[in-house]
Parts: sequence; C-alpha cells; structure tokens
Amino acid sequence: MVDLSLLANSLAEEGQKGREGFNFEVNPIPGEVEVLQILVEDREELPIFVSASAEQITCIAYLFKKDEVQAESIDAMNQAMLSTNISIPLSAFAQVDDQYVIYGALSVQSTIEDIAHEIAVLSSNTLEAIEAMSDYLKT
Amino acid sequence: MSIFTKIFTAMRGGAREAGENIVDKNSVRIFEQEIKDAQTQIEKAKRDLTQVMAQEMQASRKVESLTKDVTQHEGYAEKALDKGDETLAMEIAQKIAEIDGELSIQKKAQASFSAHVDRLKGLIKKTSKSLADMERQLVMVKTTESVHKATTAITHNYASGSSKLLTAKESLDRIKKRQQDLEDRMAAGEVLADEFDGDNLESKMKEAGIVEGDTKAQDILDKLKAKKSS
Repeated sequence: MVDLSLLANSLAEEGQKGREGFNFEVNPIPGEVEVLQILVEDREELPIFVSASAEQITCIAYLFKKDEVQAESIDAMNQAMLSTNISIPLSAFAQVDDQYVIYGALSVQSTIEDIAHEIAVLSSNTLEAIEAMSDYLKT
Repeated sequence: MSIFTKIFTAMRGGAREAGENIVDKNSVRIFEQEIKDAQTQIEKAKRDLTQVMAQEMQASRKVESLTKDVTQHEGYAEKALDKGDETLAMEIAQKIAEIDGELSIQKKAQASFSAHVDRLKGLIKKTSKSLADMERQLVMVKTTESVHKATTAITHNYASGSSKLLTAKESLDRIKKRQQDLEDRMAAGEVLADEFDGDNLESKMKEAGIVEGDTKAQDILDKLKAKKSS
C-alpha cells in the first residue's frame, strides 16, 4: 500500500528538479480518499490529480465537461478518442460521470522518477488532447 | 458470471450514482461468501483426506498380514497332507477359506479407500484453483472500487475548487498565451542583449565608418593619394 504522504514529499522534491524540462508543485488534498494535486509550472489551469490504491497509482487530468462539447459532435468525438487512445504515449482518454479526462496508471512499485515522467507526459498530452478535440468543443 | 460482467450489467442498468460503489455491496458480499465457502470446503476435504488415507493404510496393512496368514496356513495344510492327516488338512483348509474371505473384504475396502483418496485429492485441487481465481477477481473488484472512489473524490474536490471556472479551451488559450508572451519576451530580451553585447553595435559602427582600424587604412591611402595629386 502506497503511503501517499511519503509519496507527496518525495514527489515535491522531484518536482523542483526540473528533470523533465519543467517544475511542479504538490498539494495534498485531504478527504476520505487521499489525493495529491500536482500543479505544473506555467500550466496551473490544468492540474493533475494523483491517487493510490493497493494495486496502482492513478494520475488524472481533466479535459472538459460533457456540456462543453457540441451536442451533435459527441459521438464523433468519442469515436475519435477511442481510435487515438492507443497512439497516445502512456495516457488514455476516459469519461467519469460527465467529465472527460485523460489519465495514466502506474504500478505501485514505480519509482518517483517513473511517476514524475508519467506526470510530464500526461501534462503535455493534456494540452495536445484539448487542442486536438477543440473542433468538437463549443466556442 | 465473472465480476466484470456484473459491473457492466450494473452500469447499463444505471445502478451507479455519484459516490456509490461501482459494484453494489451485495455482489462483493456474495463473492466474499463464495470464497469463504470454497475455503471451508477445502478444509473439510483435507480433513476427510487425512482420515481416508489412514483408513486406506489400515486396510493395506490388514491385506498384507492376511495374505501372510493365508500363505502360512497353506504351509500348515501341506504339512498336514504330507503327514497324511486329511482331517487336519481339511480343518486348516476351512481356516484358509475364512482368512481368504476376510482378505477379499479388506482388498475391496482398500480399493474403495484408494478411489476415495483420489477423488478427494482431485476435489481439493479443483477447488483450490477456483479459490485462487476468485481471490484474484475479488482483488480486481476491490481495486476497481477504490480507484473509482478516488476518482469520484477528485471529481467532487475539483468541482468545488475555484480553478474549474475556466473551460478547457479557455485554460488552453491562457497557457498558450503565456507561452507566447514568454517567447516574445525572450526574443526581445535577445535583441536587447545583442545591442548591449557589442556584436551588433560593432557592426553598426563599422557600417557608419566609425571603427578605428579600418578607416585608418583608408585615411592613410586617401592622404597618400591627395599628396600624390598635389
């Protein structure tokens, strides 16, 4: 079982090293389930949320809500997401209730560097995903 | 039905509401009960196996000793016959018949216990495999459940956070604009650096004819030319 508070500290340290070409901040969010909010430098509008279960570490970035999508384009967009999913490195599209997200999952055995790398890639993918899907979004 | 079929069925039935477990508590409980039952079954089978194996060994020992008895008595009967004592030989033969009868019974018992042992071993193997499968599935269900819980918690936290005031497009535009500003500033900074650096300045001065070295030569030549013509 991953101790999220220990992870938070190590991850925060890693986040200041700028190894992947960017820095990030770690903010623990208290609650029934522990969650870490990751704010990537210059991309604070798109935070990444990290949580851990017995089996995996999940990193989630929010894309847009269902009602930000043009109603008539939802099917086409869903199809586009399904077909591009496999080509996206590490991350994948998902829908949670009415929120579209992009996420990555790692083994609980992952190193801090692995997690930082996952976050870096997820962050870039988030920007690209919104860009790629922008035609389907309401203006 | 596998657990994942149950999950998809529940989802299609719209059974899931915000904050609730993705697999209803009942399914998990039933599943955990099935696992407990399998474990109990294995325990019982193992106890039975021990008992039947003991019985098999016992029957096997009896078979061994009765067989020896028969052989022994056959020896006695032969001796009696050698002595010409048919009556005694007959008595011994009857005894052999009795022992033989008992031997027959014990052999059948041994075979039956042996078959039982095989059956129990087979059952234990099969149930253990089932149990391992079920335990693995339960772990997957619980993981799915906890990931779902975490995801829902994030959604609720995020929804209540102030950063959700921007749409995705707006967020992206802001980020891109900041990047562009930074690039512009960096480009401008480079220009300024150039100007103060001397490289740019020097070439400008050269163009304007201010740099010492080059013009000196030209001056000298001009003066020489002037001197010559005068």
